Amino acid sequence: MAQASVVEAQVKEAAQRDRGSGLAARRARIAFLFCLPLILLVVALVIYPAFYSLYLATLNKSMTRFVGLGNFAFLFRRETFWMVVEQSIIFAVSAVIFKALIGFVLAHLLHALPPRGQRAWRGLLLVPWVIPPAMSTLVWWWMYEPSYSALNWLLMGIGFAPVPWLGDPYWARFSVILVNVWYGAPFFMIMYLAALKSVPAELYESAEIDGANAWQKLVYVTLPMLRNIIAITVLFSLIVTFANFDIVRILTAGGPRDMTHVFATYAFKLGIESNDIPLGACVSLFMFPILAVAAVFILRDVHRRSREIAGVSG
Amino acid sequence: MTKWRWSRRTLLAGAATGALAVGLKARTGIARSAAKLSVGFWDHWVPGANDTLTRLCRAWAEKEKVDLTIDYIPSQGNKLLLTIAAEAQARSGHDILAMNTWLPGSYAERLEPVDDVMKEVIARNGPTNPVVEYLGKPDGHWRAVPATPGSQMKGPATRFDLLKEHAGIDILAIYPPDRPADAEKAKSWTWEALLAAAEKCHKAGYPFGIGLGTTSDSVDTWGSLFHAFGARLVDEKGNIVVRSDETRAALDFAKRLAAFLPADAIAWDDGSNNRWLIAGKGALIFNPPSAWAVAKRDAPQVAEKVWHHPAPLGPKGRFGPYLPYYWAIWSFSPNKAAAKSLLLYLSSREAAEQLVAASQGYDIPGYLAFNDFKTWLEEGPPKGTLRHYPPGPDQILSIAAAPAPHKIAEQIYNQATITKMIARIVQGGDTIERAIAWAENELEGFMRG
Repeated sequence: MAQASVVEAQVKEAAQRDRGSGLAARRARIAFLFCLPLILLVVALVIYPAFYSLYLATLNKSMTRFVGLGNFAFLFRRETFWMVVEQSIIFAVSAVIFKALIGFVLAHLLHALPPRGQRAWRGLLLVPWVIPPAMSTLVWWWMYEPSYSALNWLLMGIGFAPVPWLGDPYWARFSVILVNVWYGAPFFMIMYLAALKSVPAELYESAEIDGANAWQKLVYVTLPMLRNIIAITVLFSLIVTFANFDIVRILTAGGPRDMTHVFATYAFKLGIESNDIPLGACVSLFMFPILAVAAVFILRDVHRRSREIAGVSG
Repeated sequence: MTKWRWSRRTLLAGAATGALAVGLKARTGIARSAAKLSVGFWDHWVPGANDTLTRLCRAWAEKEKVDLTIDYIPSQGNKLLLTIAAEAQARSGHDILAMNTWLPGSYAERLEPVDDVMKEVIARNGPTNPVVEYLGKPDGHWRAVPATPGSQMKGPATRFDLLKEHAGIDILAIYPPDRPADAEKAKSWTWEALLAAAEKCHKAGYPFGIGLGTTSDSVDTWGSLFHAFGARLVDEKGNIVVRSDETRAALDFAKRLAAFLPADAIAWDDGSNNRWLIAGKGALIFNPPSAWAVAKRDAPQVAEKVWHHPAPLGPKGRFGPYLPYYWAIWSFSPNKAAAKSLLLYLSSREAAEQLVAASQGYDIPGYLAFNDFKTWLEEGPPKGTLRHYPPGPDQILSIAAAPAPHKIAEQIYNQATITKMIARIVQGGDTIERAIAWAENELEGFMRG
């Protein structure tokens, strides 16, 4: 009898398990169906174009013949292409560093404000990020404009010489980076502010009891707690900044003397304006390995850090 | 199962329908299957110019019983360029699309040859100008039909008052408002005279507004200077010939001229020179009459002192930059016969004259015999400012990068190799030889098949 009840219990348990796994499978199917529209969009607008551009990059200029990696080999021999690589790196890395620094400082300043004032400032500081960049860049262009620069008008008003914002290659590089920093810093600010709010107040209290000063609290409490979010925002911003098109296109179109081109604007110049679509596709694909390497390093660090936190709390 | 039976009535009805279809086809000259046509025209910046084109097309569509759809696509923000690229990739879209300068050659393999249309048009209108043929017939076949809307010259638009006051050149005496150019006096309007005038006007605070950027206005101006000095980058056979005494002379001249241009000319785009003239800051720009037309509205006191006239004379001649627009038919169009019929209709002298009038004289058709429309004599103020805008007999029409084979020339033009050479010398500190060496390297890259 006892044996029969044990068997009955086992059968019941198995049935429950089956019901559970059936429910899980059904939920997974429903979840998949909910995700399907997004998956289809990603396939249509990201995966397919990515493979199509890979295919285009292997064709000759008139797209009638397969040339393998010939277009890449050709690009590697061009002086202008290496200048674009160098500029893209300077543009993306310096812009991301400044965006992160400014965002970090602004987030701390906002965090220190009382909640009432904080809301208004937060809204105001987010304005550059919510305006479509093509529109705000046009305003910047008006301020930099070679002949009628509003900034130069101000500078001359206070006795300084006008600055060739877009006419001199180095000033032009500075100008496009400045606009990118202005546009992107609020994103860092809001991410860091959210992260700061999630740091437990007890950690600061303990540090204070231990006699830590403000700098030590920043270095030993805030930074370690924000490390993951810093890594992820930097990676995300690096990808977006490397792929930037509108700011450079509107302000300088890559000039003077091609010295402000980044990958996207150079790809557009070659592919669309000069009607060499395979070469343009090659230039745009060149971003992929650079970003993939950056992503591997940064995500590996994030993963390690997450495991450390999980280990500590466990 | 129902079996189809041919009754006498059915046969009679079928025969009648067939006869009607054959009759209609014979009357209209187009296939009845092509009763629909979709056209993408360039969106003209002159208010009202599109209306005239629409009216002409509608008249044709009504006569031919074609269901016509017209889209006007702006060139701002490369909208037209992107539409063309997208339709070429998708092999679907409009039947006819407007294409400028290099595009008929770029897409030659995907365009329906229009030799039959052009044979008839040339028989009717006379020959096209040489730039139209160079760009529209890239592989021995006409790939597109020259369009009147958008086709333009880019000669000087001069403040005649400032040029006379500060440089002592009376441009109205050379190119008078009421009669053809004074051929003898025109010989004094040379690039050297322009350089001397540029220096004087620069000293007087009215520098010439010639850009050194990478957009079309800059490329066309310096391209015509290169032609005037006999400097070519690549010859018609595809040989790199940039290393020549003619190129050195042209670059040396450009270096001397650039010293008297606005300091920021390297960053100029196609709008910069217009603003320069309209704001009254300079005495001369190279531009079609669009700057003058805007000045008529925004700065009439400037507009009434602007004169359009041919480019200066160089050692090898007087070269005037001409930029044509075309209408092209995609090879995948299902309505080619109707498309050809419309283009034939729009290429008539009557249509061209109406389109030129609607553009207030901005458009210059690509046929040599069409340079006598009365619009150019009447437009103003000042009356006669467009009299010498269409090419005169002593001008050689040119486009920068010609006579290189089409696919190479297109790269030279679009990547602004000529202005970058000059910018490298003027701003980058390169010697003339170093700039030529850089250009040779670039040109080798453009040879890629």
